[in-house]
Amino acid sequence: MKKTYKIDVDCANCANKMEEAAKKTAGVKSAVVNFMTLKMVVEFEEGAEPAAVMQQVLKNCKKVEDDCEIFL
Amino acid sequence: MNKKQKKMLARILIAAALLAALHFIPTEGALRFALYMVPYLAIGYDILIKAGKGIKNRQVFDENFLMAVATVGAIALALYEGSGDYTEAIAVMLFYQVGEFFQSYAVGKSRRNISELMDIRPDYANVEQDGRLEQVDPDEVGIGSVIVVQPGEKIPIDGVVTEGASSLNTAALTGESLPRDVKEGDEVISGCINMTGVLKVRTTKEFGESTVSKILDLVENASSRKSRSEAFISKFARIYTPAVCGSALALAVLPPLVRLVGLGLPGDWGTWIYRALTFLVASCPCALVISIPLSFFAGIGGASKSGVLVKGSNYLETLSQTKIVVFDKTGTLTQGVFEVNGIHHSELENEKLLEYAALVESSSSHPISKSLQRAYGKEFDRSRVSEVEELSGMGVTARVDGLPVAAGNEKLMRHLGIEPIACHSAGTIIHMAIGGKYAGHIVISDVVKPRAKEAVAALKAAGVRRAVMLTGDAKKVAKQVAASLGISEVFAELLPGGKVEKVEELLKTKPEKAKLAFVGDGINDAPVLSRADIGIAMGAMGSDAAIEAADVVLMDDDPMKISKAIQISKKCLRIVYENIVFAIGIKLACLVLVALGLADMWLAIFADVGVMILAVLNAIRALFVKKL
Repeated sequence: MKKTYKIDVDCANCANKMEEAAKKTAGVKSAVVNFMTLKMVVEFEEGAEPAAVMQQVLKNCKKVEDDCEIFL
Repeated sequence: MNKKQKKMLARILIAAALLAALHFIPTEGALRFALYMVPYLAIGYDILIKAGKGIKNRQVFDENFLMAVATVGAIALALYEGSGDYTEAIAVMLFYQVGEFFQSYAVGKSRRNISELMDIRPDYANVEQDGRLEQVDPDEVGIGSVIVVQPGEKIPIDGVVTEGASSLNTAALTGESLPRDVKEGDEVISGCINMTGVLKVRTTKEFGESTVSKILDLVENASSRKSRSEAFISKFARIYTPAVCGSALALAVLPPLVRLVGLGLPGDWGTWIYRALTFLVASCPCALVISIPLSFFAGIGGASKSGVLVKGSNYLETLSQTKIVVFDKTGTLTQGVFEVNGIHHSELENEKLLEYAALVESSSSHPISKSLQRAYGKEFDRSRVSEVEELSGMGVTARVDGLPVAAGNEKLMRHLGIEPIACHSAGTIIHMAIGGKYAGHIVISDVVKPRAKEAVAALKAAGVRRAVMLTGDAKKVAKQVAASLGISEVFAELLPGGKVEKVEELLKTKPEKAKLAFVGDGINDAPVLSRADIGIAMGAMGSDAAIEAADVVLMDDDPMKISKAIQISKKCLRIVYENIVFAIGIKLACLVLVALGLADMWLAIFADVGVMILAVLNAIRALFVKKL
């Protein structure tokens, strides 16, 4: 299942870091962060609960880039 | 400017003013340090906090860390040496923030500009209720409802005109400025702007399935697919920062050690630590990291402005390397509309023969019969036709005004015991027999698009080495069309599956770097579109299948757009490479200068911010594609 989230982040490199962090989160099959459109497309693994996974994604993103936001 | 940016601008101004004021106030010792810390913290507190958080979260190497170490280091050095020169550290932080501010402003601005360009989303639909017009959300309009579109409004939902006539501006969809005239019974596509008259439209789709929604969806999700250049830059940034930090450390420690131990000279630690700090300032990879995605974004935006929708930056990259273009004939190079091109060996007047043909075929809806009826161009009385019999794979026989008339291929003539006269022209030949005697034949052929020849020439000029045409049509027809367009390679009489095989064959024999593009009209060629390195669908207005299967969608069916798309992609990629080479080149040159002690921190920060600004401005150039 794929879902798109609006995000807010200031620099392109930070967006790359968010993407890395999201990809490493359990339950995420793949993630793409588009800095220009400020969107994150997350593909969840089978049976994963998007809401719970996204909380973890947000936490992991905050870890690598404090100044970022994902609008869940 | 948003709130964050305004706050940043205020901080920059305050810090700059304080710094300038302090310059004129002579102070000494601890007081001087305290005073200078005010502008430093005002401009740099967030960087220090972020660097601290980075260390806590074990994400040490980033720009914040670089800037924090460099400036704190410079201040510590000034304290240690007792020079009291804190200006440099503050200025470095100040310029860094100016650079960040500019970057955020430029990106925000181009983000807005590009989204405005693509702003074809209709906000409302007018529905007539109890004789009054009411504005409703387009999402709430069901299929088959009648909506009213007034002059100046966007058509919100795909449909058919039931009342009224007008001109439509399709520029937002196709980039084509010529208005399109519509009247009752014509299909209209959402996203067009109604210019002259009031139209009543019966919707044929829901809003979510309408062209405008499909396009918006496509555009918004474009550039989520990343190009190789972008992937390269992300990887580059990941190894770059640690590498630079390592080098800076080496620069701070190794030369003094060598001097001390190897040469017996004083260590001169101050100089080398200063150089190492400057090295850190100069090394910031922002220019690179921001300008590459921005270039692609601008390129995709510019392309969609001219009616070329590209589904991702990777496709823009592939498109720029296109060396082989494979065309589907019908609908791509030709209009897919059949026209009567000649009447030969007619015993009667041509007009009369055409009349008989049109009458015999009047009950059929085959494209060929339609073209016969169109060529005849007059109303006719169907009661003149009787005993119509369709002979599958051969043609039609009937009685017209009591006379037996047959229209069909050579097989039909032979079946009726009549010897047809073979035709030398390419096309579909309709042999006619009237009253049991051969009466001549009518040549019907597909019409080449007016700018198709020009388009093939333009492709060659755009660096395409091979143009290949595939068609299910007869060899003779294919050869003639290809020759008239200047295409040398033709594969005819292919079944749909055969087209895939041919493309696979071409893919196998081509050199690795030369990319193969397939151009089709999106009807029946979805498998080929997805098999090619890059699939281009033409005339996609209203065709969902094409929009889904293709990588690049040309909104109208002008073949000139193919070379335009390639030119746009080439320009974009040129800018991307310019930025990569320029940014990395200047960076490396700066780093060398700094390591040799030929540049100080001022130059380093100017180089960093300057390169970033130039790279961003260069990236925005990708948006301008009109003259290509």
